[in-house]
Parts: sequence; structure tokens; C-alpha cells
Amino acid sequence: MSNVPQTMFEKVWRQHEVIAETADTPAVLYIDLHLIHEVTSPQAFSVLRERGLPVRRLDRTLATMDHSTPTRTEQIFGGAPISIESAARQVRELEKNCAEFGVELLGLRHEQRGIVHIIGPELGITQPGKTVVCGDSHTSTHGALGALAFGIGTTEVGHVLATQCLLQRKPRTLALNVSGRLKPGVTAKDLILAIIGKIGVGGGTGYVIEYRGDTIRGLDMDERMTICNMSIEAGARAGMIAPDETTYRYLAGRPRAPQGDAWERAVSEWRRLPSDPGALFDAQVDIDASVLEPMITYGTNPGMVIPITSSIPSRANDAVFSKSLAYMGLEAGAPIKDQPVNVVFVGSCTNGRISDLRSAAGVLRGRKVAKGVQMLVIPGSQQVKKEAEAEGLHQVFIDAGAEWRESGCSMCLGMNGDLVPKGQYSVSTSNRNFEGRQGIGARTLLASPLTAAASAVRGRVTDPRELMS
Amino acid sequence: MKAVVSITSRTVVLPSSNIDTDQIIPARFLTTTTREGLGRSLFADWRYDAQGAAKPDFVLNRPEAQGCRILVAGRNFGCGSSREHAPWALLDYGFQAVISTEIADIFRNNSLKNGFLPVVVDQGTSDWLLANPGAEVTINVEETSLVLPDGTRVKFPLEAFSRFCLLNGVDELGFLLDRRAQIEAYEARRQGQV
Repeated sequence: MSNVPQTMFEKVWRQHEVIAETADTPAVLYIDLHLIHEVTSPQAFSVLRERGLPVRRLDRTLATMDHSTPTRTEQIFGGAPISIESAARQVRELEKNCAEFGVELLGLRHEQRGIVHIIGPELGITQPGKTVVCGDSHTSTHGALGALAFGIGTTEVGHVLATQCLLQRKPRTLALNVSGRLKPGVTAKDLILAIIGKIGVGGGTGYVIEYRGDTIRGLDMDERMTICNMSIEAGARAGMIAPDETTYRYLAGRPRAPQGDAWERAVSEWRRLPSDPGALFDAQVDIDASVLEPMITYGTNPGMVIPITSSIPSRANDAVFSKSLAYMGLEAGAPIKDQPVNVVFVGSCTNGRISDLRSAAGVLRGRKVAKGVQMLVIPGSQQVKKEAEAEGLHQVFIDAGAEWRESGCSMCLGMNGDLVPKGQYSVSTSNRNFEGRQGIGARTLLASPLTAAASAVRGRVTDPRELMS
Repeated sequence: MKAVVSITSRTVVLPSSNIDTDQIIPARFLTTTTREGLGRSLFADWRYDAQGAAKPDFVLNRPEAQGCRILVAGRNFGCGSSREHAPWALLDYGFQAVISTEIADIFRNNSLKNGFLPVVVDQGTSDWLLANPGAEVTINVEETSLVLPDGTRVKFPLEAFSRFCLLNGVDELGFLLDRRAQIEAYEARRQGQV
């Protein structure tokens, strides 16, 4: 091995090079874990079928269903049909493909089903140093455990199914150094929104981001996953956080994590992963976390974000900006606080983990969702649901007047029946405020679970610190 | 994949920056299990009104846009989700290329794998194209250049292997399957380590 200090990304990349890249050809990169779901896999299975190819490594392939699945309990467990016929067909197609090719499927009624990016870490199958891919851009989430994880398209899903490899050019690296203590009421979601606001929605294009610094070290795993999850919203295909004791504590004893002697061996390998002192990154950005406020978006991409205490900016002569505000029905110069809200969504691969639900429940406990506001709380997985119910969180939500349902992507994207009606304002803990993302004409304000819950209580965009004792 | 050597067409201009894949094809159309027929859902929420009728003021619905195969768009085209349905929809509609100053990574990858050309140009060229909808331009894959109506040639970046695959209609899956021996050797090596 060379003595040149290496970044964590570099180490993981090199360990997975089947063939190194040249000027003429990209690297052939080995994939340790391939997660698949119903939306981006059917056409890939069709290619295998057309060419008579098997799935090369069934032991490295795991399927679940999350995007087009309903969240209504009666449609999952009660025998009622999935209301969207094409979604039902897609679910059946995945069941058929998995059965035919022998792929393990955590199917519709499986107790370990959930959003693909929630269940990977939860099962302990996402591990430090692994390469993880999935036909979904939020695969970046898994980088929170020190994996190199990125989203791929359906053609590439086919490549991985057939060969367990991808043709990849080596991306550049961006060190994102975060220091300082987050103020009370300011969360990991606010931090990543502030980062995207600073570097822009294309600021990470071509890079793998490594989030570093004392603020990141102080985050728990759920928070780290929220950060890495939204790397793609800055254009970066992958975000990574070096594994440490927090990571090992989180993984220890999980069903698919190594056990016994294998665990000890794995941890000693993982300890070698963090970037070496002096390792060079291609770019660097510094963030002071101590000055951040709760953040909320006001426009139609995640980079259009402001502190909740601020006013919507003005950009004269910017037609795209004006079009975005017109879609949102918001005015430049107006405060975002107290903007009336119709829908509140807590969930998604960004904020559907147990600590997100605890934080929303903390605000809602003993309070009510404002009259006229629909609040949906969707656990990120069936395991998260079970855990929340064991703690009584579901009762807090139900007592407050929120809906509590089965896991899935739900209202993050309008393809499973959970929709924000046209023209309505939704404070959402999800990851994208694109036009129509939550339904045709839906107006999405991205925020943390604390801000979402506080806004549900007041029926207006609310700084959660006003409701925290 | 069919070989793509060059494309000559008039352009259609969508000046917005950050056109995300949810605009290119909204999520509700992703419950399909095939690649075909997505063209009718391309830019659906911009193209049709609530009753499904074509909005006459949207650029793709104008007579001059008919038959155009090259799209010119603002910065950071194709950001957002990894849905390959986005290039599938563009291709099925009849587009073969997009020109912008910046194109999102996953969209670019997906595009190249389907013979849809992501062409990144400098700000000056982009400004000219945005200001001159309908200009007839040629995208030359062999030379990796964009030829403007006055004959100016603007080079664009195209990764060497992608260029090779486009020019020769090479199937990347076939290329990977041919590396089977190396993949097996790698797996054997890794097994020895862990």
C-alpha cells in the first residue's frame, strides 16, 4: 500500500475496483449490496429475461416495496385492494420477478418491510466500507454508516443484477466541515437544508461529499442519515460520514450485522476506513453550525431555503425565481412565519426514523393539530412503526388528531395515493419541494419534524422553539 | 443501443434552471413496468391542463416546436430523482439531446445509456441558444462538438467510453459480461480477505 494519505472514499473505491479506470474506460466497480424496489426494477428484470441471464449474486441482492405501496392499513393487511391499479400491478410484478429469479423480498406484509433506505441500516445489512446501490437517488442515505452508496438508473440496476458490477468514473471529493453546537430546536434537517442553501442544488454535482467535523461527530445515526440522505439535493450522488463508536453501537446486534468473532474482525477493519490525516479533498466547504436557525424552504427546489425567522428574498429580474414564487403563491419580502398551512407530513427516508417520530411527538404531546389541518405521520418502516407503538408515540399522534398508518414513501411523492391537494400548503419533512412532487399543484415547504409538528399545532408555519419548554 | 453519430435539428428552448425529473415526468406515471409510451407524459404538468387538454402557451405545444429533436434548457437540467423514465420519456417523445450549462449526474448517466445526448456548453453559448429558439444546430459525437448556425464549433465534454459506446452502438451490459473472468477473480480475492 502507498503511504499517501487517503480519503475514506478513496479507500472504499480502491477496495472495490475490479478493474481500475483508464483514459478510455471507466472502472469496473464491485457492488456489495444491491437494494431493489418496485418502481425502478421491472424493466431491468425484463432485460435479464430477454437475454436469459440469472441474478449473479442473490446473497447481495435484497428487494422491498415502498414507493407505490399504499399506507392505508386496510389495503396492506385488511384484504382491501390497492386502490391505484397500476401500483397494484407494479407490486405484483416485483413479487413475480423476485420469485422467478430467487431474490429475497421483504414484501407487502413482511414485518421488516419499509422504505428501502430505512431498512438497510435498520437490518444492519448496510455496513461501513461497503458499496451500496439502489435505483433511487436517496441511496446516499446509507453513506451515514461509512458506506459508498449512490443511486443508479434502471439500466444500471440491470448491470448490477447481471454482473454485480457497474462501470463508473471516479468522482471528485468534497470535504464538508461542520463545527459548532446546534442550538436547541435546530436539527440535522435544518443543518442539511442550510448546507444545500449555501452550496446550491448543483453545488455537489460530480462530488462525493464527506461530512466531517465536531458537529457531525456529535450526531446520532438517525441524524447522520438525514444529512447524507439529502446529499443528492445538492447534486452529490453520495455523502459519507466516517464510522465511529456511534456507528458501531448502532450496528451491534442488528439482525444482518456480523455477530461474534466476525463482528470483532469487522470493527477492526472498519476502524481503518476514516480519511487519513492530511488526506486531500478536491474541494472544501466550512459551515458554522452554531449560528443556524430552524430552516424552511419557500420555493420549488431545496436550495430555496431560509431561516424560519427570515423573510422570503427578492430577486428582481429573475424570471425563474418569480415563476417559482408564483407557483408557491408566496411574495418576495414577506415573512415565512405564520404562513397558513393545510397539510403536515412527517415521514420519508429523510425523516421517518424513530428519533424523528419522537421529536414530532415531543411537540404534539398534550396538544392538538389545528382545525382544518390534515397531519399524516408515516413511519419509515414496519420496525419503526412497531418501536413507536411500543413507546406509545402513535397514541400521541392519534390523540392530537393526526393520522397514523403503515410505512412507505407516502406523501413524499405523489404515486401511492397520499397526495397534497392542488394549491394547498404542506409542511413536509421529506426531501423535495419540486413543483407537483406531492401532488399536482401542491405547495411544499420542507422542514424538520419539530417545525412540522409545531406548524401542525398552530396551523401556520411556526418556529418550534415557541412551543418548546 | 443504436449508434448515435450526429444529430441535426432545430431547438426547443425551456429557459428554466433546475428542471428536475419530477417535471420531466411526474411520479404518478412511474407505476409503469415497461419503457414504452412515456412520451405522452413528458412535462405533463406543464403541457396539459387539469382536463388533460394541451396548454397552447407551453412551448412544446406550439407549431414551431413540432419535429424538434434538441432541447435547450437552463442550468442544472435533470436534477432530482434517479428515474430513468426521464430520458425514456424524452426519447419516446422524439428528443435526442439536451443542451445546458450543467446537467445532473444521474440523469446524465441514464441518458448516455439510452443514446440520449447530454451536452454541456459554456455560459455564452447557452445564452445564445436560450435567446434563439428554433436555431438549427448539429451535435457531432465523433468530434464532440456542437455546430451553431454560423458554423461556429463549440466543443463539449463527453467521457471517452460513452463516446465510444454511442458511436459504435456498444451495449455496456455486454462489455461487463465480457469481464466475467476478472469479476470472478475479484470475488475470489475478496473471499480470501474477509
